[in-house]
Amino acid sequence: MSRWLTLVVLALVTSAALAIDTEAAFPDAARQERYDRWIHELRCVQCQNAAIADSPVGLASDLRRQVREMIAAGQSDAQIKTFMTERYGDFVLYDPPLTARTYFLWAAPGLLLVVCVGFAVRVIVRRSKAPIDSDPEEPA
Amino acid sequence: MIPELGTLALVLALLLATAQAFFGLAGAHRNRESWMAVATPAVAGVWVFVTFAFGILAYSFVVHDFSVQYVAANSNSELPLLYRIAAVWGAHEGSLLLWIELLATWALLVAALSGGLPIAFRARVLGVLGMIGVGFLLFTLLTSSPFARLIPAAQDGADLNPLLQDPALAAHPPMLYMGYVGTSVAFAFAVAAMLSGKLDAAWARWTRPWTVAAWVCLTVGIALGSWWAYYVLGWGGWWFWDPVENASFMPWLATTALIHSLAVTEKRGLFKSWTLLLAVFAFSLSLLGTFLVRSGVLVSVHAFASDPSRGLFILALLLFFIVGSLTLFAIRAPTLRSEGGFELVSRESFLLLNNALLVAAACLILVGELWPLLMDAFDLGKISVGPPYYNMVFLVPMVPLVLLLGVGMHAGWRRALLKSRQRILLTLAGVAAVLGILIALVGYGGPGTPLTIICFATALFIMASALIEPIEQWRRGQTLPRAALGMAIAHFGVGVWMMGVTGVVSYKVEKDVSLAPGESATIGGYTFKYEGSRQVDGPNYEALEAKVVISRGDKLIAELPTQKRTYRVQKNPMTHAGIDVAWNRDLFVALGDDLGGGKWSMRVQYKPLVRYIWLGAVVMAIGGLVAILDKRYRVRRTADEPALAPGAARKTV
Amino acid sequence: MWRYFAPAGAFLALGALFGLALWKIGAGKLDIREIKSPLIGKPAPAFVLPSLTDPARQVDSRTLAGKPYLFNVWGTWCGECRAEHSALLAIARMNSVQLIGLDWKDDHQEAVAYLASLGNPYAEVAADNDGRTAINWGVYGAPETFLVSADGIVLEKHIGAISMAIWQQKFAPHLKAGGPS
Repeated sequence: MSRWLTLVVLALVTSAALAIDTEAAFPDAARQERYDRWIHELRCVQCQNAAIADSPVGLASDLRRQVREMIAAGQSDAQIKTFMTERYGDFVLYDPPLTARTYFLWAAPGLLLVVCVGFAVRVIVRRSKAPIDSDPEEPA
Repeated sequence: MIPELGTLALVLALLLATAQAFFGLAGAHRNRESWMAVATPAVAGVWVFVTFAFGILAYSFVVHDFSVQYVAANSNSELPLLYRIAAVWGAHEGSLLLWIELLATWALLVAALSGGLPIAFRARVLGVLGMIGVGFLLFTLLTSSPFARLIPAAQDGADLNPLLQDPALAAHPPMLYMGYVGTSVAFAFAVAAMLSGKLDAAWARWTRPWTVAAWVCLTVGIALGSWWAYYVLGWGGWWFWDPVENASFMPWLATTALIHSLAVTEKRGLFKSWTLLLAVFAFSLSLLGTFLVRSGVLVSVHAFASDPSRGLFILALLLFFIVGSLTLFAIRAPTLRSEGGFELVSRESFLLLNNALLVAAACLILVGELWPLLMDAFDLGKISVGPPYYNMVFLVPMVPLVLLLGVGMHAGWRRALLKSRQRILLTLAGVAAVLGILIALVGYGGPGTPLTIICFATALFIMASALIEPIEQWRRGQTLPRAALGMAIAHFGVGVWMMGVTGVVSYKVEKDVSLAPGESATIGGYTFKYEGSRQVDGPNYEALEAKVVISRGDKLIAELPTQKRTYRVQKNPMTHAGIDVAWNRDLFVALGDDLGGGKWSMRVQYKPLVRYIWLGAVVMAIGGLVAILDKRYRVRRTADEPALAPGAARKTV
Repeated sequence: MWRYFAPAGAFLALGALFGLALWKIGAGKLDIREIKSPLIGKPAPAFVLPSLTDPARQVDSRTLAGKPYLFNVWGTWCGECRAEHSALLAIARMNSVQLIGLDWKDDHQEAVAYLASLGNPYAEVAADNDGRTAINWGVYGAPETFLVSADGIVLEKHIGAISMAIWQQKFAPHLKAGGPS
């Protein structure tokens, strides 16, 4: 725990605060957009609770530079992803990969929707067959 | 000497809370009025002692008593008075004391305002609240006392985290905790009903205003946190799907579902066991949030200094209350079947779908939150689940929900009878669609994402639809009952919120630039010119202030100061962004680094409609407040008296 | 009837997960912040960097092949690196493996002075000024120490300060088993 404290405090003191890029934006909007998307998708592995877009630590700005260079060199999204995960594992991706271990995670939205709405629909259909006007509970 | 009085006060509070729990619950069980009568004075006593302890801690901060470890860790001789008081809840131990203080306050309010409730039921409610108090007081006294001494006393304190030295953030925890703790009241009502084995429409009527009150606090608390993040953190972000943010959002979703479910139980006596389950669910999400933030199982920027042994204690509390009440539920729920039907399309079915979608959303966030932990705990690897995932999947339950909202609020009980409103709804839908397209294409030059136009149109439709009933009643010279008016306002607020989110997500522009004095950058049609900088001094910080002049074409829009502060004690550089506010957008400048030669790096942002996010939340909260003030909640009534006099408003909500 | 127990059951399962996680954290078997290196079992990333002690020279990873080495990432700005320094000196004295240092984004003068005053356990120190090499090794905080086999495969990684005990438990077994492989 104390190690992290040291790192984070030192990082805030010694590095560029506020994660602002000093290089000029890409001349074409498409590549700038890719860059913006990537720096929000990659997790700052040092402070761990922000994307590299928003993290002020040195490693984050190094990683942003890396992304910038790869996009400038024309590398594809898949290549950037491979580069990062080869070094830092899946942890560095804020968008979790679809693997056997994350099937449930990715299936969850559809699954929950079907289960919850299905349950509701079943109750609605059942109640629509019940007598509608008799109701001992309702206050006058 | 004085801090020890604080500990003593907490011990006394613990004893009284135990009495409150025991006599309240056992008294109701054995039907002994003399026992049950102990609960109310016990509640008052707990409140007095907890407030006293809270006051002692605040006093220790105000007078700079650095012999108290908690004060030494979170304060400083130069810290302004306001933040010395806010520092009381700035870290784990103090925030627990705040939790307990608010719990005692809610219990006091319940005791004071529930004179009309049946005696046994009331005693049970107070008893359950007492049990929760006992749990938290034990946790504080045994593992996290804010009154622990530092010997020898520190010369000066470590200062409050500069991020917390801000009025919005000072107010955020009390507001949010009021909401978290407020869910315990609905929980107590639910457990009381389960213990007695009786649940009727009157129970729903008693529970509802307390639930809405907790919901209002949660709404405002979350909005405050989001707004603070936006203007202090300098990134212009307002929601990060951070684990602790999620921990507050999940109870909010569950409580929203609960309010709507209570409406059905109150009106038709239906969905009884489902409402009980929701009340337990909302409170468990609250407790779960408390656990996640303090146990060290999740990485979060908000997480308190964590400790697995503390985590185990909270886990034990969590399991006791939740598994306990859920077991009670399993035993009682089968006996609570209710009769009554409704048509396929009716208010009841809309509300049931509302619940299904809100619960799906809450569960979805829970899965995203816990999946990495699950994988890590079983050595299956480490993954991250962040904004890219949540932003996408959250739409799955939410889009259907907002699409149904505009129509659902007009559905009648048992039979929707939407035919009478059909014409006006279709007209408004058409107008909303056209306006949505116009705003997107003409106002902003094109749809930012495929959903943009749909969201704009839906938001406008919801706002217009929410106004139909109030306007109709007003034109007839009648007044809408407050509950219905509150509902209309709250739903209108949802539409406002949606406008804000859609605008900012679809059309925001962010740019990082490096400017020397005299240079400028342009985004969204606005030109930001850096004029120069100077040094300024604050009470406990030094700052470099830059002046940025914003213009649009020839017109001068604003002169924005933006600061980079260095707090003298903690020495963390902190950005204080400059924000220009207008009715339809924010312009945002945050200072970065000195690049040498007078050049500075800056982040400039154009944020259309962003204020509507928090404005919408405030409107929702106002709607909730108005609804609580409805007459039917105020008249003292037992379960036998009729709830409404004949001839009252045609439709209740 | 039994389906009403489903919520309680689900919550118990959740509680069990939390209990397991807390127990593992308390027992030191789980560190939620630690990122296990994907490099283990893979070839060590190549690098060519200026030497800290003699900027005219270069430290080339290719020259390190044939013998195992301990790759230690450090900086003068890192408190824990200072704490592990004596352990590094002790390991260097044992002469079972050579130490190669990576001075990560550091001030050269301070780094040289640091080694001069505290002792230099490293056979070579490479200066990583722009952080690219550190990224290639998947470094996310100092100190980090890697054990690389004689044929250039990363065998082990330790995150945090190293000590003699950690050396014995984590690194030494790789060197004894079948000799440096």
